[in-house]
Amino acid sequence: MSQTDDRAHADVAPGDEYAHEEFGSGLRSYLIGLGLALLLTAASFWVAQTKVMWAPAIPVALLTFAIAQMGVHLVFFLHLTSGPDNTNNIMALAFGVLIVFLLFGGSVWIMHHMNTNMMMPAEGGAPMPMQHQGGGHH
Amino acid sequence: MSSSAAIPGVVPIRRDPNHLGHHAAGEGETRATGRGIGGPSSKRIVVGYGFWIFLLSDIVMFAAFFAAYAVLRGGTAGGPGPAELFDYTNVAIETVLLLFSSFACGVATLALNARRALLFQAAMAVTFLLGAGFLALELREFTDLVARDAGPTRSAFLSAFFTVVGCHGLHVTAGLLWLLTMMAQVFAKGFRPDILRRVMCFSLFWHALDIVWVAVFTVVYLMGSAA
Repeated sequence: MSQTDDRAHADVAPGDEYAHEEFGSGLRSYLIGLGLALLLTAASFWVAQTKVMWAPAIPVALLTFAIAQMGVHLVFFLHLTSGPDNTNNIMALAFGVLIVFLLFGGSVWIMHHMNTNMMMPAEGGAPMPMQHQGGGHH
Repeated sequence: MSSSAAIPGVVPIRRDPNHLGHHAAGEGETRATGRGIGGPSSKRIVVGYGFWIFLLSDIVMFAAFFAAYAVLRGGTAGGPGPAELFDYTNVAIETVLLLFSSFACGVATLALNARRALLFQAAMAVTFLLGAGFLALELREFTDLVARDAGPTRSAFLSAFFTVVGCHGLHVTAGLLWLLTMMAQVFAKGFRPDILRRVMCFSLFWHALDIVWVAVFTVVYLMGSAA
């Protein structure tokens, strides 16, 4: 949808095309979306099970495929566009992505450091790392 | 603009300083509704925006559950871990079922826009069957896990697993009920504007559930067993 200029009267929201549309015209978008989503899903499952890839690269590849597939869903199924009538939806999405990133990334980051710094004594006799670095009265 | 400013009492139109939604014409102000000179948005756009806000808040809630799962993934308490519990084939079938259900839902909205009642009901029925198949596979997996003494009370990892996947399953259940309601309303009340808006919100909900499922199969299943 590039011709956004003459839409002053248009009724367009995400997941929503022009009213009274012919059936065939919108189907192409859904078919493209379905094909891309199937491709990315297959790639995800292949990457997770293959022995060909370097193991530390697998989570990165999985995250990349997942984010790509979410983008495909947003564009081809929810019809999120860069058009002016979609600006509010895009801004809300950007804010949502920010919160999701802070919530998920922050939790994983903080808890990872808590685990590595505070769970050492449970390993049996291993000294707390804080005692090595700490007490720094230099 | 200068002519209108000359008339006393007429406030000149304020230009959008951020050039949001600019286009090929080069000017930030467009004739799109809901901003500047476009006038108020139609009810469909406002309703879609409001429901989009709800969906985003729902996704934020799921992000909290995903964070809990990612943090507690290692906390198996000596019990079974992700690698020995998860069945890739089952998850792949679930994924394909939900994806095709989402596609059928898209076909239903197209049929609705073209005012083809029979095609709409058929596409919604296919959407329902695929969604119900997904839910049946998920329930079978859950009962299987509980039977293998890997229920939600077994370990922190399994608590987090049942929470995030179960919450998605509850959403799908609610979506299926909503779907049947929409079929009945379109059948009984026809293509009224308010009914069209409800179906639009349902399709947004159903597509958003598929987006959440992408995160579920990636973070919970695939990355859970890989790490």
